[in-house]
Amino acid sequence: MTLPTPIIMADDKDVLRDVWFGRIPTCFMLYPDEVTEREAEPFYLLLPRVSYLTLVTDKVKKHFLKVVKAEDVEEMWFEYEGTPLKWHYPIGVLFDLHASNTALPWSVTVHFKDFPERDLLHCPSSSVIEAHFMSSIKEADALKHKGQVINDMQKKDHKQLWMGLQNDKFDQFWAMNRKLMEYPTEEGGFRYIPFRIYQTLSDRPFIQKLFRPVSPEGHVLTLGDLLKEMVPAAIYEPKKYQVVIHGIEPLLETPIQWLSEHLSHPDNFLHICIVPAPND
Amino acid sequence: MPSSLLWAVDVYGRVYSLSTTGQQWEQCRHAHLEFKRVSAVQQCCWGIACDHHIYLNVHASDVRIRYQEETYENQRWNPVDGFSDRLLPSDRWQWSDVTGLTHQPLDSFQLPSENWEWEADWYVDENFGGEPTEKGGWTYAIDFPATYTKDKKWNSCVRRRRWIRYRRYKSQDTWAKIPSEQTGSLPDPFNDISCGGWEITEEPRGRLSLWAVSLQGKVWFRDGIHYLNPEGSVWEEVSTPGEVVQISCGPADLVWAVLWEGQLLVREGISRDYPKGSSWVVVESPSPEVGAIHVAVGVNVVWAVTKDHRVWFRRGVNSHNPCGSGWIGMVGEMVMINVGLNDQVWGISCEDRAVYFRQGVTVSELSGKSWKAVSVPRDNERSHSSASASSLQSAGCYFGGEVHLQSQASVLSDVDSEAEKATEGAPPTLEPDEAPKPRIPKVTSDSFISELVSDREGQIGRQSGVPDPQWSNVDLEEAQTHLTVGTVADSAETCSLSSVATYNLGLEEQYGADEHPLWAWVSGGGCAIDSHSQLNWFNSTTGLNSSMQAMSLSITPTQTAAWRKQIFEQLSERSKREMENFKHYEQAIEQSVWVKKGSMQWWRDWKPYKWMDVQFAVEQFSGAEGNKDGILFIYYTFNEEKKYLHAFINEVTILVPVLNESKHTFAIYTAERTKQRWPIRLAAATELEMHDWLALLSVSCCDSRGIHGPPSKQAIWSVTCKGDIFVSEPTPSLEASPYPMPCDQMFWRQVGGHLHIVECNSLGVVWGIGYDHTAWVYTGGYGGSFFQGLSSSTDNIYTQTDVKSVYIYENQRWNPVTGYTNRGLPTDRYMWSDASGLKECTKANTKPPSPHWTWVSDWAIDYSVSGGTDREGWQYAADFPASYHGHKTLKDFVRRRRWARKCKLTTTGPWQEVPPIPLSDVTILPCGLKNAVEQVLLWAISNKGDVLCRLGVTSLTPAGTSWLHVGTDQPFKSISIGGVYQVWAIARDGSAFYRGSVSAQNPAALSFPLNNVVVCICAGNLWYRQGVTPSYPQGSMWEHISNNVRKVSVGPLDQVWIIADKVQGSHSLSCGTVCHRLGVQPMEPKGQSWDYGIGVMRC
Repeated sequence: MTLPTPIIMADDKDVLRDVWFGRIPTCFMLYPDEVTEREAEPFYLLLPRVSYLTLVTDKVKKHFLKVVKAEDVEEMWFEYEGTPLKWHYPIGVLFDLHASNTALPWSVTVHFKDFPERDLLHCPSSSVIEAHFMSSIKEADALKHKGQVINDMQKKDHKQLWMGLQNDKFDQFWAMNRKLMEYPTEEGGFRYIPFRIYQTLSDRPFIQKLFRPVSPEGHVLTLGDLLKEMVPAAIYEPKKYQVVIHGIEPLLETPIQWLSEHLSHPDNFLHICIVPAPND
Repeated sequence: MPSSLLWAVDVYGRVYSLSTTGQQWEQCRHAHLEFKRVSAVQQCCWGIACDHHIYLNVHASDVRIRYQEETYENQRWNPVDGFSDRLLPSDRWQWSDVTGLTHQPLDSFQLPSENWEWEADWYVDENFGGEPTEKGGWTYAIDFPATYTKDKKWNSCVRRRRWIRYRRYKSQDTWAKIPSEQTGSLPDPFNDISCGGWEITEEPRGRLSLWAVSLQGKVWFRDGIHYLNPEGSVWEEVSTPGEVVQISCGPADLVWAVLWEGQLLVREGISRDYPKGSSWVVVESPSPEVGAIHVAVGVNVVWAVTKDHRVWFRRGVNSHNPCGSGWIGMVGEMVMINVGLNDQVWGISCEDRAVYFRQGVTVSELSGKSWKAVSVPRDNERSHSSASASSLQSAGCYFGGEVHLQSQASVLSDVDSEAEKATEGAPPTLEPDEAPKPRIPKVTSDSFISELVSDREGQIGRQSGVPDPQWSNVDLEEAQTHLTVGTVADSAETCSLSSVATYNLGLEEQYGADEHPLWAWVSGGGCAIDSHSQLNWFNSTTGLNSSMQAMSLSITPTQTAAWRKQIFEQLSERSKREMENFKHYEQAIEQSVWVKKGSMQWWRDWKPYKWMDVQFAVEQFSGAEGNKDGILFIYYTFNEEKKYLHAFINEVTILVPVLNESKHTFAIYTAERTKQRWPIRLAAATELEMHDWLALLSVSCCDSRGIHGPPSKQAIWSVTCKGDIFVSEPTPSLEASPYPMPCDQMFWRQVGGHLHIVECNSLGVVWGIGYDHTAWVYTGGYGGSFFQGLSSSTDNIYTQTDVKSVYIYENQRWNPVTGYTNRGLPTDRYMWSDASGLKECTKANTKPPSPHWTWVSDWAIDYSVSGGTDREGWQYAADFPASYHGHKTLKDFVRRRRWARKCKLTTTGPWQEVPPIPLSDVTILPCGLKNAVEQVLLWAISNKGDVLCRLGVTSLTPAGTSWLHVGTDQPFKSISIGGVYQVWAIARDGSAFYRGSVSAQNPAALSFPLNNVVVCICAGNLWYRQGVTPSYPQGSMWEHISNNVRKVSVGPLDQVWIIADKVQGSHSLSCGTVCHRLGVQPMEPKGQSWDYGIGVMRC
């Protein structure tokens, strides 16, 4: 007797897993002008979308330091097609913002000299990344729960969040992060949605404003509602722009609360990239 | 939570109900009458209509109320006629009851009321004590009264047979008039009614108490209401020290009443044997100047309203102290209050006549926190708008006078002539041209009142609809005074119409007729909510808005929403695009080992066994094929030497929480340890810590085995004796021949929830039954309980509750001086003990089975013990331990009685309740159907013994739609469906019944493989039915297989699984062991031997 195949219904939890385990295949190449003792081989790596460049590139550094003259080495930084890459943006955001719709792997140029002080923050050690990451989480929780959840956590809980990200431990991270994603059922969502909207064609670094998940009339607000208020152009000229989160384009009717719960980065912000649509 | 109803009556006498899941008041369409008051319980609703008759609305159920009438036909043998109906003059009647003392021929049986109908004609019962008799159903004896046998012997001189006929209660979901000839003796109509008392006794008969107050202030008790006699049989007067206005009866033994004078009466002495109670105690009104007008009681609460509308809460009320200790004034002004299930409270505000719900009423805070208005629209909102403002106002007038009228009425109704005088003295301005005996002042086009009027008077219709101008101007205080004086004459009658209420005239103007329904009465006795319930009744902007939302949700479940689908699809596309071709790339972050450590206690492996402090650590790392794997370590010190013990996560077969009041422990089994019956037992410091560890270990185990998400449809389900639910994924090797996977290697993972019985089939239809007989259906989720976050699905997880009783025994020994006392012999058992007598269990030291359970009742004597009890619950015996009987004999020197206390557990899990019928057994057709829409056969036994067949069960709708009641002559206790649609069932008297081809119209039935295994458990012994073949499905005889068997289950491929007791392990004995029958073959259906799997120690 053959048994019927069960119908597999995807669960929201799978989304968290997919988001966490998103990887960008990257080809690191040394900037040709760097002085080398011998020719530098490109270095290939799968970068976690939710992590930070300077947190996951120890191997890259080690690889290129073998060929770069030690006396010429300053702080390592990255650039893609002439744009210095801000390490304090999640890797996935950098990729979606600058390189979506390009061929993979993503070619990133590695520099050891001429640090672009105007464009980038220094990142002398991973503790700087940790401080940045934790302050983002706190800021997000201030928006979501007036900071009550994060403040109720102990120091070791904060550490667990950070260690989870640093060591790519999904379970470890989410065991704690789920507390940050809770909200009173009767309110239908967070107080405000922590989000940031990035635009390629804009001088502003990003848009961040107060936005509630539910309208005063009790309607569930959607991604479309958010964009209508923040970046109307993205709605009214849909042919011109793409709205990308984690490399995908959610439908505009997706509830913003659901997005915040499931498609936020580990820093608890929903990072939304608005990029020009490919002309094909 | 299944939905239940809140009932209310508006000022026009229209009856409405509001579902706990609904968002609008539904008018009770069956009521062609207006009602004054209603009193609801879960199964029915009583009401007083404006015709002064009592009506009963029994909610429809899939199982009809069905009463068995029986009578015996007696015959005696004589040499001439053989057996004939010619009896000796000293003999019993030819037609009699079972004792032979009452003459009852077939035609003497009448339907008790017009709400009953006969199901069929009389027929002879051919079942005798579980065995079929010869044709004719005769049983024989030497003489009356004697022992009867089914076989006729040489000395059988008399015989008798039993005739049975069923009658059915037919008035369901409609207001059935309670026959008035029974109320013929009543001098006057009823004014108030209150139903409750179902918790007084645990009897399955479902007894109810119904109290009523007549217009003259007398109190009546309706006797004989129970499940099979919903209407009750007779009214009995209960004498009172004064005249009563209103009465309230709680679910248990609380009954309070209000006197005309404003004091309160408390009924004392209500018990199982005396549901009417024995005496009244007077409690003064909460406020010395102002008398009480209304009282409402629950299980442990009393609320009262005084004539100034103030609300009062009575402190310290419980079963032992029904009078309570003192009053506390509460915020809010109400015209009436009602206490429903779980001591939840409703009121009708005196300001706007809206129904208010008391928020925050919990066991620890019975007085609640605040009033919240129930603001949902009525289903007939539109039609209501036709009611004219003037009629509304006159209704206002009408209600305006009541309170004061009532306060006077006791005087007036006693002395009629004085009342007349008072009328004459009334200010003429009010009713200048009334008839000398006006019943109702200035009435009205309102149908409620006019019907009342026409009903009794028939001559007041001439009144104008325009309210007397004076009324809208005078303030309330004055109006009442006027009315009091002015309309005294009609007092008695007018009050009868009333809700005990004052309607504030002055305020009414600000509301249009339709902004708010104006309520007169509310009853929450059938409304099963508690402080955790989510209600959609309060969203005021709103009702409509939110109901729209609810609708749109149900039309497009979020699971299937396009946006969600899009995200799922795109994410998997993205993963493919960005990762598929680059798998050979190095990962940026090396997967390091993740270690979680903690302090625990460990039950050490060697003697003397004891708990010792250890360090516990779980290491997780990525295994060879990308699967996560791990090892758990226990570091301990022995003889000052550091040692450790370890187990591989992928070898763990089950994690079992073992909660008791002293320690938060769990057991870890591996295949090896299952063989030894000796798990790793660990104790965490707190429950939370234990749950964290269990959740982590459980996730690790599942990860290491690649198990994610919900159990598959073919999963094997099991419950422990503690009610925890486990599920195991079957592997093909489980039934492999000739070397099946040993069942101690099966991996079991826990699923949230709590069940007593679980049944599944291979289509993923899983049903369970709780200890409280609630039926549950599996929703397709996973997790719940302490599985939070990732190890639990977001959807399909619901709250689940269960209730069970904890029993202790009170033991006494007789001595010649003092009789039975609690002083035993030194060798005797504890005077308060468990059933075995070995463990001392007092009322004070006995705790709920685990910290998850909380007490929900007090200790009470349990009369439902096998062997029977006397009126005080005692069972007697010659000595401990012995067999007990329910009456004292000369040889009895010891006695005992059982006390029960209920406890409740609340948890979460992927289960949804299947209301409303409580079940005791359930079975699902084991064969898998390929087509998902085809019906899955599911049969069940209700806790009353009814045999039920569930309709509409498919793999897509596992809960089905409704029950089909299969009428049987006796109650059943167990049921099972085998292949080829055979249904086997066991009746309470032990007889086994077979029902062939229950779905013969379904041709698919023939194409299924034959299941030829029928097994049955009787007193712990497993029996196998021999000779079951397609042509002779009944089989021929029973064959004994095994003893110490608790539960058996047969799978679609004739797999046989049992739960066995007393299985010997290398370290200890275990009970509740899962065993798999090996070698069950077509040619050898009995199989050869048992393979022992996981078992639970000490249950």
